Amino acid sequence: MSRYSALALLRGALTGQRHWDRAWRDPEPKQSYDVIVIGGGGHGLATAYYLAKVHGVRNVAVLEKGWIGGGNTGRNTTIVRSNYRQAPLHNFFEFGLKMWESLSDDLNYNVMFSPRGALLLGHSDADMARLAQLGDALRCDGIDAELMSRDEVARFEPSLDVSDRARFPIHGGLIQRRGGTARHDAVAWGYARAADGLGVDIIQNCEVTGFAMAGGTVTGVETTRGRIGAGRIGICVAGNSGHVARLAGIKLPIESQTLQAFVTEPVKPMIDTVIMSMTLHCYISQSDKGGIVLGGDPDRFPSYAQRGLPPQIEKAATEAIALVPALSRLRMVRSWAGVTDMSFDGAPIIAPLPVDGLYLNGGWCYGGFKATPASGWMYAHLLATGESHALTRPFALDRFARGATIDETGSGPQPTSR
Amino acid sequence: MLLITCPHCGNRAQTEFDYVRTLDSIVTLDMAPEAAMTTLFERSNPRGIDDELWRHSHGCRQFMMLRRNRVTHEIASITPWGAA
Amino acid sequence: MTGPARIAGGPAPSLGFSFDGKPYRARPGDTLAAALLANGVNLVARSFKYHRPRGIMAAGVEEPNALVTVGEGARRTPNTRATDVFVYDGLVAVSQNRWPSLRFDIGTLLGLAAPVFASGFYYKTFFGPPKRWMFYEKFIRRAAGLGNPPIEADADRYEHRAAFCDVLVVGSGPAGRVASQNAALAGDRVILVEQDAVPGGSIVRDAGGDVTAIMAAELAALELAGTRVLVRTTASGIWDDGLVTCVEQLAEPGQAAEIAQRLWRIRAKRIVLATGAIERPLTFAGNDRPGVMLSQAARTYVRRFDVLPGCRAVIATNNDDAYLTAFALREAGGTVLAILDTRAAVVSQVVAAAQAYFPVFFDVQDLATEGGLNCLSSVDAMIGSTKRRFAADLLAMSGGFTPVVHLHSQAAGKLDWREDIQAFVPGATLQAITSVGSAAGEVEAIAAMTANLGKPKASFIDFQNDVTAADIDLAWQEGYRSVEHLKRYTTLGMATDQGKTSNMAALTRLAGAAGVAIPQAGLTTFRPPYVPLTLGALAGPDGGGHAAPTRRLALYEHHQRLKPIWQPLGYWHRPRAYPLGRETLAEAALREARAVRNCVGIVDVSTLAKFMVTGPDASAFLEIVCATNVSKLAVGRGRYTFMLREDGMVMDDGTVWRLSDNRYLLTSSTGGAERMEAHLAYVRQVLAPQLRVSVVDSQEHLAGIALAGPQARDVLATLIGTEPPAHMGASEGVIAAVPVQILAASYSGERAFEIYAAGHDAGPVWDALEAAVRARGGCPYGLEALEFLRIEKGHVVVGGEADGRTTAHDLRLEKMVRKAGGFIGASALDRPALSAPDRKQLVGLESLGGDIPEGAMLMETWGSGAEGHVTAAAMRVNMGGSIALGLLNGGRGRSGETLVASSPTRGQHVQVRVVAPHFYDHEGARYRD
Repeated sequence: MSRYSALALLRGALTGQRHWDRAWRDPEPKQSYDVIVIGGGGHGLATAYYLAKVHGVRNVAVLEKGWIGGGNTGRNTTIVRSNYRQAPLHNFFEFGLKMWESLSDDLNYNVMFSPRGALLLGHSDADMARLAQLGDALRCDGIDAELMSRDEVARFEPSLDVSDRARFPIHGGLIQRRGGTARHDAVAWGYARAADGLGVDIIQNCEVTGFAMAGGTVTGVETTRGRIGAGRIGICVAGNSGHVARLAGIKLPIESQTLQAFVTEPVKPMIDTVIMSMTLHCYISQSDKGGIVLGGDPDRFPSYAQRGLPPQIEKAATEAIALVPALSRLRMVRSWAGVTDMSFDGAPIIAPLPVDGLYLNGGWCYGGFKATPASGWMYAHLLATGESHALTRPFALDRFARGATIDETGSGPQPTSR
Repeated sequence: MLLITCPHCGNRAQTEFDYVRTLDSIVTLDMAPEAAMTTLFERSNPRGIDDELWRHSHGCRQFMMLRRNRVTHEIASITPWGAA
Repeated sequence: MTGPARIAGGPAPSLGFSFDGKPYRARPGDTLAAALLANGVNLVARSFKYHRPRGIMAAGVEEPNALVTVGEGARRTPNTRATDVFVYDGLVAVSQNRWPSLRFDIGTLLGLAAPVFASGFYYKTFFGPPKRWMFYEKFIRRAAGLGNPPIEADADRYEHRAAFCDVLVVGSGPAGRVASQNAALAGDRVILVEQDAVPGGSIVRDAGGDVTAIMAAELAALELAGTRVLVRTTASGIWDDGLVTCVEQLAEPGQAAEIAQRLWRIRAKRIVLATGAIERPLTFAGNDRPGVMLSQAARTYVRRFDVLPGCRAVIATNNDDAYLTAFALREAGGTVLAILDTRAAVVSQVVAAAQAYFPVFFDVQDLATEGGLNCLSSVDAMIGSTKRRFAADLLAMSGGFTPVVHLHSQAAGKLDWREDIQAFVPGATLQAITSVGSAAGEVEAIAAMTANLGKPKASFIDFQNDVTAADIDLAWQEGYRSVEHLKRYTTLGMATDQGKTSNMAALTRLAGAAGVAIPQAGLTTFRPPYVPLTLGALAGPDGGGHAAPTRRLALYEHHQRLKPIWQPLGYWHRPRAYPLGRETLAEAALREARAVRNCVGIVDVSTLAKFMVTGPDASAFLEIVCATNVSKLAVGRGRYTFMLREDGMVMDDGTVWRLSDNRYLLTSSTGGAERMEAHLAYVRQVLAPQLRVSVVDSQEHLAGIALAGPQARDVLATLIGTEPPAHMGASEGVIAAVPVQILAASYSGERAFEIYAAGHDAGPVWDALEAAVRARGGCPYGLEALEFLRIEKGHVVVGGEADGRTTAHDLRLEKMVRKAGGFIGASALDRPALSAPDRKQLVGLESLGGDIPEGAMLMETWGSGAEGHVTAAAMRVNMGGSIALGLLNGGRGRSGETLVASSPTRGQHVQVRVVAPHFYDHEGARYRD
């Protein structure tokens, strides 16, 4: 594998960049593997990479029904942060945020992690009290968070309307300076290239259609490219978790919903940070290319269509304009829709399933992208050792039956309520 | 935006409706605790047709059952549900 | 003479506009592109990455190059296609993505480094130690982007409209017009939308003379027949069930108007797509220079706009249609130096006719261009094995035609490959959508690989994003082989033109690299919008400060007279305090709370959720909803109650009152009102449909005023003329001639009454109460004082202590839970984790130092880890001193412990003692009789 560097690029300039190898191979599936990861998104590829790198498990295949990174990895708003209120969530996401900080170097692939700050806005004293609580919870666990006054917000992000005229006047905010954005496709490609370099087989256009079982233990998968045996199998197909788990006869506390996002035409620098709000459900950031990336609420009914409906886009645009009035004149150039695993407490599931040898990584709701490195690390730990890492023990499947749900928003056991 | 034929109001925009839950996740009052929790937390979530409970919340406020394809968004049937 | 110019004759240009500060004239009906060409301006823009000089390539929405910023200040519109804005008097346009000027652009240096900046170069460098990317990113972000963003709030207004029809026809070209006429004849309600300002589609391009007038007349006839015709209206998205969103431009970008744009939501039973086809460029080195134009665009400028895009033209083509452009140029006074055909010898009428006038060369293998900033100087062609040079200032090219299938594909319609036209055409569809005319593939056939010439290096495929054929080859080499990977790795098709001109050329190149047929190479999905649309249009009238409604209290005017501090909760705005003089919020709240503790006060509680539950089974219904005892309630009595979610957590709380045998009033929290409405409806209609009960939501019908304080009883007795009900009793009365419902409930901890009247009648009741209260030295109080009072009393609040993660036991309410069960949530309560000893449980906190910060974390010492948090803090109303409620791990067993309430974000750390969560009159002596 040719190593990426500025020098190698300069050398390539003389030769028309003809010296670059394939970023990952296109192998035929072997008869069997020690571990099969179903799903070639960021999480699945990261899992395979850490299996090989951290646990020395290199006889691994990642099976992808389409092209890698084509699911939610490539259909999000690329926000990275760890500022959750509930400790199991912020401790897990913080583990991941630390990984983001050195990910490009680790993968020898620029994933463009850009800690330009994740700013949560408050629109009332009640919002500010909630932000203070959130910030205090984070700081007590060693995670960065700073309260900002309205003036500080105005200086930090001048595009915001901090006037009293605003329908949702900005009272202040909570900034996580280490949060930011990353280049979503690069995450999938970087992990794929690095995993491939360690011997992992990445097999695209290979859809799992069933599970091979023997005596209550899973022994392999049936795929559109034939049966492939495996010692352990990890499902990692967020959005389609319910569908794949059903192939093994398992029902999950997950419902699939559509989440849309969109981007405007590129403009010169306009928004420097990631803007979020306690009251409004829109996310605003500017990509390196210059497009303003916007996201909003899920469509709030079950769907696998990867195709959204206008009302949520219109609502997100309306709310974004309420925060940054000048956005009104920019044009949306592209929209996309992902299928999200809406779990019933808003938290993920990284756990063994009630079939021996079968594991699940899913239930990411609309917050999976930022989890990619940590999710891969933790899932690799589970698949390699059979035991959950301490940080993911709260994400067990039986928490619903036990009553140990996490429920960041406190909104209860319905996937539509968060 | 779907067009939903409310059994009481006719063709209405989907924004007037709320998806409530799948029909098989209705926890009835006579269920034993374990059955109640299983019903509440486990969904078949098919990549295909399912029976769903919806409500015309911003219209007649009545509940109805939609048999709906979750890939194509086609609605096969709509049946009034529960008491008026 | 050289370069583009206005064809002699015709009307004088009556409109003034400017480009990069220089004034020019234009004729009405000119697009900005046409007007610039008419004034001899070829150089219009710089490309995204290499800052290559670019001109005008197309004559419609597919234009990749000619992006300019139109309008100023609050109407600045960056990235506007010069081909898609009609000149109005005073239009101001400036070029973008260049510094210091369009002609002398420093960014051109980037172009020199193009061999380094191959596709995906940024994935291979700029990383290393932390912050290195952040360092480079600053420069990359400044170099990226196209136009300068608007800074001011948008001055334009937008609106939304809905329409319904039997048939929606998109496109008013020949096929669309026929479809409209036929549908109208069949008696259908028809809407015809046309993105251009002038209807007619290809007719406007291909017919000369005053065709626009003829077309307008024809459409007037259509309108007379009942068809609604919307011009300058672009269908941008097709959604489920025949919903099409269209944007009507009522003003040009940057132009002031009453309404700038209108977003139509058209629901059609049948959709006819007559969206035409887009001409493809040829792929060759230097195909991006100013002076290289699509053939049909050149024809459009001649025929429609009376503009000659070049004096000495070369036509390069793989089809017959481009020959028509030669004739058009010639008729307009231009010289056609050659027609360069990439096909082997062709026999057709058009070709034969052309050969009589123009030198025609077949078997053209390669092309290259040379030229300056503003124009082309020569075209080199490899004809067979002979190289020839033509001193041309215009190269009109055509690589075939791509049907516009975007809308069809957006609606999840399948696409079929047509080898004869080397393009995808609409296939099977889930909805009643048909494509007609060019959009359905009725375009001239072309042979495979006849549009892809020469060396890949400077052969642009995606012009705006500077993706060359070589970039595609490199992506393939590096394994980005799925068409989606290719697109994302090279950014191909992701520019503001959304790949309209580049899609097929890219697929051809990819298929070539892969050695497969084009359909095997795959196709990216088309998603809305077809043409970029403003966020303002998406938001419609909800933009500009109307993002959400504001719900006003029935007594809004009464409060406003007292100049309160308003507090938002959801859409409601409620008085938080009524400061006097220069009082701060805290001072005002404390004064108001003391009035309640020591005298009497009134507070508006109208926003509480209120439900009338009536019928023979009303109590059975409430026993399902409420986790407390309800059925034993006597008529005329009420009780505190709470409701659980199905997972056993406390959902909401309030009071339930038995007003008569079969009639109850249930109140619950303001914030949970909508959730409670849905919950009650679900119980009534789905879970217990057999019950004979009706539930009426009276939240907005009834205004509510709470009268509280030691003198409350006397105030009320005087007003209603009888003895008010005892604590938790209900009665009716009349105040200021208005009938009222009186409920003796206390939230504040004092003797108190909630008085409800119909919202429209509540004004006089408030006035009477306020006068009586003030006469005794009391005053109205707001939510902040109410918060002080309830914290001191130890009442939990939904969203605070009852945060959706707490059980009745956690909140010390378990004694009220009905043992017999049968209510919602009962089945969840036996789950083991709900009785874990370390659950977060309600505690009271007393400060041992300063004010307890709300939201602070609770811990043994700093660094020992958070064990809980402060949910609400207040001052003791009469005694002073800071108290709070909190949730603490295993809190019920920890009274007496000393902890730290720590708020690192505010730098406050206060020692607190854990106590029982009530600080005032725990026995309720102050309100019981």
